[in-house]
Amino acid sequence: MQMPEPDASVISRKAQIVDRLKAVLPEGAVIFDERETRAYECDALTAYKCPPMAVVLPSTTQEVSEVLKTCHAMGVPVVPRGSGTSLAGGALPTADCVLLGVARMADVIETDYENRCIRVQTGRTNLSVTGAIEEDGFFYAPDPSSQLACAIAGNIAMNSGGAHCLKYGVTTNNLLGVTMVKMDGTVIELGGKHMDAGGYDLLGLICGSEGQLGVVTEATLRILPKPEGARPVLMGFDSNEVAGACVADIIRAGVLPVAIEFMDRPCIEATERFAKAGYPMCEALLIVEVEGSAEEIDEQLAVILDIARRHDPVELREAKDAEEAARIWLGRKSAFGAMGQINDYMCLDGTIPVSELPYVLRRIGEMSKDYGLDVANVFHAGDGNMHPLILFDANKEGDLELCEAFGADILRLCVEVGGCLTGEHGVGIEKRDLMVDQFDPADLEAQMAVKDVFDPEWLLNPAKVFPLAASDARRSMALAAE
Amino acid sequence: MRAETEADLAELIAGADGPLCLRGGGTRGAEVNGEVVETGGLSGITLYEPGSLTLVARAGTPLAEIEAALEAEGQRLPFEPMDHRDLLGTKGEPTIGGVVAANVSGPRRVAVGACRDFMLGVRFVDGAGQVIKNGGRVMKNVTGYDLVKLMTGSWGTLGVLTEVSLKVLPRPETAASVVIEGLEDGDAVGAMARALGSPFEVSGAAHLPGELPVTMLRIEGFAGSVAYRAKRVAELFPDMAVRIEEDGARVADIWREIRDVAPFHGAPGDVWRVSCTPSDAPELAGRMQADAVFYDWGGGLIWVRVPKGTDLRARLGAFDGHATLVRGSGQPKFQPETPEIAALSNGLRARFDPKGILNAGLMG
Repeated sequence: MQMPEPDASVISRKAQIVDRLKAVLPEGAVIFDERETRAYECDALTAYKCPPMAVVLPSTTQEVSEVLKTCHAMGVPVVPRGSGTSLAGGALPTADCVLLGVARMADVIETDYENRCIRVQTGRTNLSVTGAIEEDGFFYAPDPSSQLACAIAGNIAMNSGGAHCLKYGVTTNNLLGVTMVKMDGTVIELGGKHMDAGGYDLLGLICGSEGQLGVVTEATLRILPKPEGARPVLMGFDSNEVAGACVADIIRAGVLPVAIEFMDRPCIEATERFAKAGYPMCEALLIVEVEGSAEEIDEQLAVILDIARRHDPVELREAKDAEEAARIWLGRKSAFGAMGQINDYMCLDGTIPVSELPYVLRRIGEMSKDYGLDVANVFHAGDGNMHPLILFDANKEGDLELCEAFGADILRLCVEVGGCLTGEHGVGIEKRDLMVDQFDPADLEAQMAVKDVFDPEWLLNPAKVFPLAASDARRSMALAAE
Repeated sequence: MRAETEADLAELIAGADGPLCLRGGGTRGAEVNGEVVETGGLSGITLYEPGSLTLVARAGTPLAEIEAALEAEGQRLPFEPMDHRDLLGTKGEPTIGGVVAANVSGPRRVAVGACRDFMLGVRFVDGAGQVIKNGGRVMKNVTGYDLVKLMTGSWGTLGVLTEVSLKVLPRPETAASVVIEGLEDGDAVGAMARALGSPFEVSGAAHLPGELPVTMLRIEGFAGSVAYRAKRVAELFPDMAVRIEEDGARVADIWREIRDVAPFHGAPGDVWRVSCTPSDAPELAGRMQADAVFYDWGGGLIWVRVPKGTDLRARLGAFDGHATLVRGSGQPKFQPETPEIAALSNGLRARFDPKGILNAGLMG
């Protein structure tokens, strides 16, 4: 993955830039020693690393505004960072950038059960939002698998999803308002505790804009009362086609499970070796979870089990108690860790129409043979969000490039069958150059026009999302204007 | 002028040099000065996969056609779009493009989200006559910026929708309403908050003040589950006059009336909708000196009827939310924006509609 040449004129002014930043921030909030900036050299896409020129850790919206105003005036690119868990390189620094981390902004500002919302600073981790309200019977629904570490800032930047979005939606469906600072330092308020936009849906526009339109410092999130209970059921099938058909039939029957997770044979075998959850050895495995009171769960599971039986499952396992439920989820939740035990892996997240599932899995299997790299599939079947894990050896010459080429082919396949490059991880740098496979030049131009409005100088996270060739004219114009 | 295809429409807009008034079914009261461009010719469902909960249709497709197709498969549009005709006295056939352009959502919005929350993809023609697509037809998609949300509710001012793709949901087996009588507005909003904050999945919460005030809480789902949850919701209010309406057809009628603002049909004056923090609603209603109000979305939406020409925004003053003039004239339809937000809105309009011809002036 290519990154633009760092701007030597910015780097040459490092001392001056650091001094100006120190002047607007408290002691200890500016990091510029090369031994320390190295800690911020990458996010969870660890194949790519580059220490930033400096790191700032502001504690308030006002401080964020001062930092951005300073960088704007001096023509310095800024890369925002939540917790650095992006799998797409969304927070990858450049050598000429100031990395703006929100980690010191993690407070709960207000909980409001009457209006079912919570206001937090965006450095707060996803799971600790729920942590602040669960004793009172509420939770925050979006649950990306990195939820222990990932920050709300990053969730908003990437419009993160999770396993339960079939029922509860993704971040954008659970976001009521934000305080955002534009690159020029202007602080704007979007939304609030009310439910829809008064004019254009700018809140919807900035959610998922990968930190390119502004730095979100505070967010009002919709919270929900916890369901009375939840129970998963596990089913095994002897082909991907049958499992796919079962998913479609469940959805058509009018049941809306909170989650439908799918694992294929390579994934089942790997997780079984690692986690020993007692999964059946079969071609495809589904975990379907429903919510409600005990009787409601029985009512829904009766419908689901009835459908499953019509598809001749090789295994049908209902959780009788919490321990069995945990065992059913154990393998799924260990899948990524299990893969990490075997090898280095790259995790993709293209989405496809659910109906194309069997075809896409077959094609991925064929490509796996052609490339000579193993691939395991685990994904959110209810919404078609795939997570193929391609195994490779980072120490082997050329293996990473081979893996990336394979990954790109899988994503092109997703687009070809009517899907998209990324369902919840974001484009970042990882899928940047594939954008031309999904979008025509006019489509990309319309998106870049939005950035022109919010950040005319293209200083915020500039080398992400759009192919470098497509954004080059805009980025170089910004350089020339310095 | 009437466009029959997306290419027609693109050519027409590329060649236009004066203001255009965009019209789907013409039922939602968004007529501006300019040459009328009708999109009803861009019609037809292009893809419907019930097993994927996905429907794609050209923007001019009649809403009735979409609802009939969904009904045949036991599904529906979850956000319950209102029909404006009886409130506004408009004729014509509501289109899906009109629903999306105006982000029209009904009582279920409080539980499941608005039209914008079910939008998966759009195709549109911008003000320069370029065809642009965004999003797609899959439920999870973060590929590039979300122009789908931007286009939804932009009332044609950033581009003319030609195709929309939507997430749909199963139609529940049955519905019931828990009905509480005799509550003052403040107590009613409190009761609705309690119900919406319970785990019993209330999918509608409305309050109709009057001589005999009625507060209604809707429960939907499989029969056994509805009976159970209605009972549990009713038990939340041991000291109140509570009954459960179990007749599914009557429940549907009542919620359709709330959706379509039936209490104001045939009544004179201007009609406003005020979107606010739910718990603020009774106090805000007190500032309005209105002829009539009622509450939906647990108080988050106030429907207001006032004498013609009333400047409701002046009476409300500052509050968390906004007021939209739905029926009437003499005031801007949409809440004026702060200078910072207006700069962004103007910037977006300047780029998506450089000639300033698409429903010009409607949104500022």
